[in-house]
Amino acid sequence: MFSNARLNERIAFTFLRVATGIVVAFVFVILYYIISNGYSVISLEFLTDMPRNRMTEGGIYPAIVGTVYLIIGSMAVALPLGILAAIYLTEYAKPGRLTWSIEMAINNLAGTPSVVFGLFGLALFARYFGFGPSILAASLTLGLLILPIIIRASQEALLTVPKEYREASLALGVTKWETIRRVVLPSAIPGMVTGAILSIGRVAGETAPILLTGAAYFLPRLPDSVFSQFMALPYHLYVLATTGTNIAQTRPLQYGTALVLLMIVLSMNIIAIAIRSHYRKKMRR
Amino acid sequence: MSGRKIKEKGIEYLLSLAGILAVLALLLLCIFLFRDGVMLFEKYPIVSFLTETKWYPTATPVHFGLLPLLLGSLIVTTGAIIFSVPLGIAAAIYISEIATPRVAEVLKPTAEILAGIPSVVYGFFGLVVLVPYIQRALDLQTGQTALTGAIMLGIMALPTIISVSEDAISSVPKSIKEGALAMGSTQWQTIYKITVPAALSGISAAVMLGIGRAIGETMTVMMVTGNSAVIPGFPSGLFEPVRTMTATIALEMGEVPMGSDHYHALFAVGSVLFITTFIVNIIASYIKQRYRFHL
Amino acid sequence: MPDNYDDSIEIKVENLDLWYGDNQALYDVSIDIPKNSVTALIGPSGCGKSTFLRCLNRMNDLVKSCRIQGQVHIDGQNIYSKDIDVVGLRKRVGMVFQKPNPFPMSIKDNIAYGPRIHGAPKKDIDTIVEEALRSGALWDEVHERIGMPALDLSGGQQQRLCIARTLAVRPEVLLFDEPCSALDPISTAKIEDLILQLKKNYTIVIVTHNMQQAARISDYTGFFLTGKLVEFDRTEQIFESPKEKATEDYITGRFG
Ligand SMILES: Nc1ncnc2c1ncn2[C@@H]1O[C@H](COP(=O)(O)OP(=O)(O)OP(=O)(O)O)[C@@H](O)[C@H]1O
Ligand SMILES: [Mg+2]
Repeated sequence: MFSNARLNERIAFTFLRVATGIVVAFVFVILYYIISNGYSVISLEFLTDMPRNRMTEGGIYPAIVGTVYLIIGSMAVALPLGILAAIYLTEYAKPGRLTWSIEMAINNLAGTPSVVFGLFGLALFARYFGFGPSILAASLTLGLLILPIIIRASQEALLTVPKEYREASLALGVTKWETIRRVVLPSAIPGMVTGAILSIGRVAGETAPILLTGAAYFLPRLPDSVFSQFMALPYHLYVLATTGTNIAQTRPLQYGTALVLLMIVLSMNIIAIAIRSHYRKKMRR
Repeated sequence: MSGRKIKEKGIEYLLSLAGILAVLALLLLCIFLFRDGVMLFEKYPIVSFLTETKWYPTATPVHFGLLPLLLGSLIVTTGAIIFSVPLGIAAAIYISEIATPRVAEVLKPTAEILAGIPSVVYGFFGLVVLVPYIQRALDLQTGQTALTGAIMLGIMALPTIISVSEDAISSVPKSIKEGALAMGSTQWQTIYKITVPAALSGISAAVMLGIGRAIGETMTVMMVTGNSAVIPGFPSGLFEPVRTMTATIALEMGEVPMGSDHYHALFAVGSVLFITTFIVNIIASYIKQRYRFHL
Repeated sequence: MPDNYDDSIEIKVENLDLWYGDNQALYDVSIDIPKNSVTALIGPSGCGKSTFLRCLNRMNDLVKSCRIQGQVHIDGQNIYSKDIDVVGLRKRVGMVFQKPNPFPMSIKDNIAYGPRIHGAPKKDIDTIVEEALRSGALWDEVHERIGMPALDLSGGQQQRLCIARTLAVRPEVLLFDEPCSALDPISTAKIEDLILQLKKNYTIVIVTHNMQQAARISDYTGFFLTGKLVEFDRTEQIFESPKEKATEDYITGRFG
């Protein structure tokens, strides 16, 4: 017996299933496409060679190096700042104007388009501070871009530390800061690491901000100081795919670069998920 | 005060400095963005910037008309939202209400992968797959159209919409749903008459955040929309190349002399972009806050 | 120092009122708790026992909305005066919570946590750990594996570990907030024995829902009802011939 309601339900559920199926299909189609076209390109030489012959041959070594520098630079800026700010917000801040301003600033930084960060980095770091288009300017820019992510992840990690640990420590006559340092932080570190790793993926993939703050179209050598320009994976992919004279000829290089980039970002995501679930299980015990 | 107390206070101040730095970063961002943007209006009237219909930054005489870029962003974003909102909400409902917990545990990280893929990879995929496909399927002159951008942006906005809506839907108390089911409604009736309305403000916040994501996206649109700065018709403009505010900045900034009018014009566009996303974010957090109090 | 200072009194509370925001949780509580005794606090759920206990080592400072009025003297010192060092106070007034809350560290590190931070020399740590575990009646059960995670201990062992951890910083007063409510009868008996042992050297205040427990281990009993201390007297007195009708009703179980 099929009442109207039952029939409606069937139709609706079918629609929901199909919609979810489409979303999942997007994931697999994109991944499959990049992986199947890219994997034959990847070799040790591809990863460790300089580009040759006006970037129509050779590897992507300088772009990998540049991306690694950006990761290190931006993490050096954002990680300490983000963790300290998160400690302040979760452990110390009392409701009031200051806390409200900080929260609002973080929310708005999080929602600001990355190209706007690029403009900001260009105006402040490259021009006003005189760093020029450089690794330093780009790292600082990306550091500010991921600051909200790191703060939010660290806050979340701190909030999952049971209040009982804090009480136990304080009741032993231990100061608030020592309590945070010795009990709260060690328990929160897995969560903070998760946030940090996710933002590594973000840094590796961002293009617009570095395009404005120092990424180079092509450099015949590796950067030699923080004031050098640099090549980076995402920008390299963009350049190969859109501006060369031989776009069709360099397709394999494009697939290879896209795959390397994707692998970096996805492996960061997978590591982060693994850490999270590992510690979640541990906490449950 | 004892030494210990002084040390504790000192640490608190140091930590607060890190927080204040975030505020400072936002302030500096506003200052440096607006300062260079406003400089345009010393030479080029703000009224022309806002009302001119042409963006010819290198012609003589120059035209820095915002409208084609603003409408370009608007048409692509609208298209993306029309496409991703139903899909995203449907997937969120499926994940939180229908799928078994086990399936949901697989679906959630799968959708999260979409959030992890860099925008330049989306752009590349769009360029090599979707652009030729759209051209052939719709028999167009070029596949680099607003529609192509809208589809790609829609895919990119999906994870935001799904995860925020899913949160909102699963935080609707079980007792409410069970009450409806106990009265003999089908599961679907419960979902669309009880659960979804109860989660509506959370879902709206998800949509706003998705819009924010789409307006601000740069690389993808730059690679798949063809970037011609003309005022798009609606809906016919969907099938023609457009240029968004973000793409304009990224495309042109490399070629302008620092401190030139064109340079300042790009900052002016950036300021408009920033203000737009700022407003969208404020609305999103306002809606979100309201819904937190409701539950 | 109060005028009526009496050195057999460890804790002297006078006219204590406490609010959480606009809700008053304690009304005009006054009580004298003698040294080296066990005092039990009983009363129905929500009557303010924990709140009162947490006033004695100022754990209520952690609750932002909490405001208090009145005086609490411990060992002759007003613990709510401006120049008091709250951290030092908590070292002197230890607390054991309802739910065992060992840190996610080894047994040894749990015990050594306080002494280390308070600057005990490294060479003394092993002795301090052993002593504390012995006083906490846990040494015999765990001395071969003090490197193992504290969270792997049973609930009762964890609670004794928490007691030992508190003892390791050498407090004068021990506050227990329903320490046995999450434990089985055998573990409960062990902790009760332990408390009777500790009485020789410490002043103990224990919140309990278990009337027999109060009768078994305490010298004094205070009965709380809706934020007021209804009656406070020697335990025999309270259980055998309470002065107040409400106390009698509660003790005989004629109470919700
Ligand atoms: N942190 C807090 N914020 C606001 N109100 C609180 C807080 N802690 C306790 N209260 C309120 O103060 C009153 C006394 O609570 P308290 O926890 O002291 O009761 P109790 O006697 O210990 O109860 P139980 O036997 O259930 O542990 C209750 O009405 C409670 O709701
Ligand atoms: Mg209690």
